[in-house]
Amino acid sequence: MIFTQIQRPAMTLGKYAAILFYLTFALFPLYWLLKIAVTPDRLIYSDGTRVWPSEFTLSNFSAVLFQTDFLSYFSNSLVVSLGTAGLTTIFAAGAGYAFSRFNFGGKKIIIAVMLITQMFPLLMIIAPIYKVVASLGLLNSLTSLIIVYTAFNIPFATFLMQSFFDGIPKDLEEAAMMDGCSRFQALRKVILPLTLPGLGATLGFVFTAAWSELLFALMLISKNDTMTFPVGLLTFVSKFSVDWGQMMAAGVLALVPSCLFFIFIQRYLVQGLTSGAVKG
Amino acid sequence: MITRKHNEVEPGENRARRSLYWQYAVEPFFYLSPAIILIGAVMLMPLVIGISYSFQAIDLLRPFNTGWVGFENYTKLWSDRKFWLALENTFWWTFWSITLQFFLGLGLAMLLNTQFYGKKLFQALVFLPWAVPTFLSALTWAWLFNPVIGPIPHWLTALGVLSEPYNILGDPDLALWGPITANVWFGVPFFAITLLAALQSIPGDMYEAAEIDGASTWQAFTKITLPFLAPMIAITVMLRTIWIANFADLIFVMTGGGPASSTQIVSSYIFTTAFRKLDFGYASAIAVALLGILMVYAVILLVLRKKLVKV
Amino acid sequence: MARIQLKNLAKSYGSVEVLRNINLDIRDGEFVVLVGPSGCGKSTLLRMIAGLEPITAGDFEIDDKRMNDVRPRDRDIAMVFQSYALYPHMDVARNMGFSMEIRGDSAELRKSRVTEVGKTLGLNSLLQRLPKELSGGQRQRVAMGRAIIRDPRAFLFDEPLSNLDAALRVEMRLEIARLHQKLSATMIYVTHDQVEALTLADRIVVLDNGNVQQVGSPLDLYEQPANKFVAQFIGSPTMNVVPVSPAKGGVTLANGLFLSTPHLADTSEAFELGIRPEHIDVVADDGQCLTAVADVVEHLGSDTNIYALVDGLGPMMVRVHGNIATKSGDRFGLRLRAPNAHIFGSDGRALARAISRAA
Repeated sequence: MIFTQIQRPAMTLGKYAAILFYLTFALFPLYWLLKIAVTPDRLIYSDGTRVWPSEFTLSNFSAVLFQTDFLSYFSNSLVVSLGTAGLTTIFAAGAGYAFSRFNFGGKKIIIAVMLITQMFPLLMIIAPIYKVVASLGLLNSLTSLIIVYTAFNIPFATFLMQSFFDGIPKDLEEAAMMDGCSRFQALRKVILPLTLPGLGATLGFVFTAAWSELLFALMLISKNDTMTFPVGLLTFVSKFSVDWGQMMAAGVLALVPSCLFFIFIQRYLVQGLTSGAVKG
Repeated sequence: MITRKHNEVEPGENRARRSLYWQYAVEPFFYLSPAIILIGAVMLMPLVIGISYSFQAIDLLRPFNTGWVGFENYTKLWSDRKFWLALENTFWWTFWSITLQFFLGLGLAMLLNTQFYGKKLFQALVFLPWAVPTFLSALTWAWLFNPVIGPIPHWLTALGVLSEPYNILGDPDLALWGPITANVWFGVPFFAITLLAALQSIPGDMYEAAEIDGASTWQAFTKITLPFLAPMIAITVMLRTIWIANFADLIFVMTGGGPASSTQIVSSYIFTTAFRKLDFGYASAIAVALLGILMVYAVILLVLRKKLVKV
Repeated sequence: MARIQLKNLAKSYGSVEVLRNINLDIRDGEFVVLVGPSGCGKSTLLRMIAGLEPITAGDFEIDDKRMNDVRPRDRDIAMVFQSYALYPHMDVARNMGFSMEIRGDSAELRKSRVTEVGKTLGLNSLLQRLPKELSGGQRQRVAMGRAIIRDPRAFLFDEPLSNLDAALRVEMRLEIARLHQKLSATMIYVTHDQVEALTLADRIVVLDNGNVQQVGSPLDLYEQPANKFVAQFIGSPTMNVVPVSPAKGGVTLANGLFLSTPHLADTSEAFELGIRPEHIDVVADDGQCLTAVADVVEHLGSDTNIYALVDGLGPMMVRVHGNIATKSGDRFGLRLRAPNAHIFGSDGRALARAISRAA
């Protein structure tokens, strides 16, 4: 809201109070997570409610990194998330472009269908998918996860990409087509360089979503060496009878990529959604 | 004067020469097809199969009792008390989550729409909860609510809200608030991002005109900001409501649906039915019922939106 | 250069008819302007010629070859867009040379061509700049340079001047006219501004609601409009139109005054009369002419515009060459120049004048 600013002290005070509130609200649980991760085992319960740990240790981290299969879980997750992000972005860019530029028969129906896929609990299809994947012999493979995750993320990613494309004037492709490009060439040479922020945002968004998916990974992967880290983390519960320190340490480590990615791309998300002239 | 009714080529026209009309009509589908094929294969087909399960009796514990049973699962559903309880919980879960997420998100978006020192850093940090895997945040919040080792019950007691630090998650009347808090923490960034984008797309000169016309801050908010945001709000709220109604991860990890099914929502009920009781048929019926309810809700909201939105 | 023929062209979106019965034969090297109000279909027609919109019915030919199904890039036509559509992430040189880049021409060839064209448009000091660093007029010239470099069969312009301010518009209009003289290229130009049409065109096509209203040279359209729409669209200030009834040898105005029209064959269908403001004379009131009261008077220096309320006829506008002393509220006499009067029937068509429809 852009009124020419006449600073009223009460407003400014309120504003900074709000800033502080939101910051605390967002960061406190993360801080707590970190706190537990650096608390040595024996102090976890006694230190329980203290805000500042009485002792620091990195032993939880080292234990997680070197004594467990965490690294393999981490790299599996990395492969799956990057693969999903890449594949989804490509497919969603295509679909988003189609929705942005063309008005074709059946467009409304397809959009409605995409909307519906967002509406039902994924639980409903977990059993059929298990059966299909099993019969294809693709259980315990990261590829099957990538394919399934891509399908789940396409609708929202398409919506994002469509917004980004809407922010680019149509006559740029038309000018390129007059200059001798086929539409696809125009897309590649002229439009895509302009949607880099959009592509980045979609990549980051999908990466984050795929990174934390638990249910289907649990269902489709049971062999230890192909587990992704959410599943792996749950094994800590049983293996170490809820070794909280290590679990939180693993959690902190696992947070790092998705948080980094997200911090980087959230600016583009806002930018892209705005320039796409968000329509209801 | 020849007028055509469709974009399609009439028989006898030069199909062999691939008329421009045909090319332009078919073009979008090249871009669209990978996405559609994948969605169709991975989501729609299983959906149809899943729906068909609801008309069968697939109880893995009684493998010889399978077969088509028509609407038997649905009649069982109608008289299942636990289902109705779960439905009621779903309502409260969704209602409070959305309301709190929306208002806190709106406040945050409005805050971010102003200028202040360190705003970029603030924005990056305050959106972080969205990036945290849900089960991890569930665990953390469960920890925070734990009366023995977590701080929140103690603080609430110190503030006078609770009489003594006790296990909120263990109290049937209050347990739902645990997951709701976690959900709000998780969901505020989403609302904030989308509302911020919408706020920033409101043309500044509308506010200037209003100010010249003598509008107060509150009036500008209610007469310019809200109407402009309304379409965006409607769609976002609708989508998030549906998503939250289906979102069982937090509840499952924090309370497991208990105590005494007080935090059991329909989708976590589906999960327990499917994987604890291994009754896929019944679970699918519940899921179909939920889908039906949500679709009705979506249609109502869309109709309302058409009637109310004038911008 | 090219001869372009439109034969019975029609366009619909689904069941909505947007253009119908468009027939036009554009000669090689001709400058044709498509003009009309918003929504008349002129931009759609231009895009059909470019190949950006498919043609619903009819034949579109370039040099006697049917081009309906040829893709834009194969038509060898260049287009200057209303928004210029410059590629934002490329500098001016690359923008202009883009079509050569697509064709695979070598970098040296591109560079020499770009410099050559850049010189004629005065862009050579700007070649390294990005579009966002250019002014509106500069961007327009880059867009034209991009089109010129291709040495195409025809140039299409889609309202290229509407985003410029008034002074720049005049300047760029002259540039386009000079370009046409220099290249002798076939040019098809779309605008809603009839001044641009009158000044630039060899022939003008007036469109309204998807139909061709009239095709002719600027002077033809000014002196012999085929119907009321064209009469009121072409010429600024707008032609005055008042109701009349038929009379022998002429028409009777609403206030009873008789006007003799010997240049018209038959006035039995007369419904309305049109007369341009510049064809009305201010005279001393001699009891035999029309009388009026001046409402608003505009002194432009070179002309005087009088918005008047004519007794018995209603509001009319008079333009007088030079400066006269009339002011608001004054009474004065008017005489209409009968030879310049246009009579329209109830369907809007001009009566019984020999209209030369350009083929």
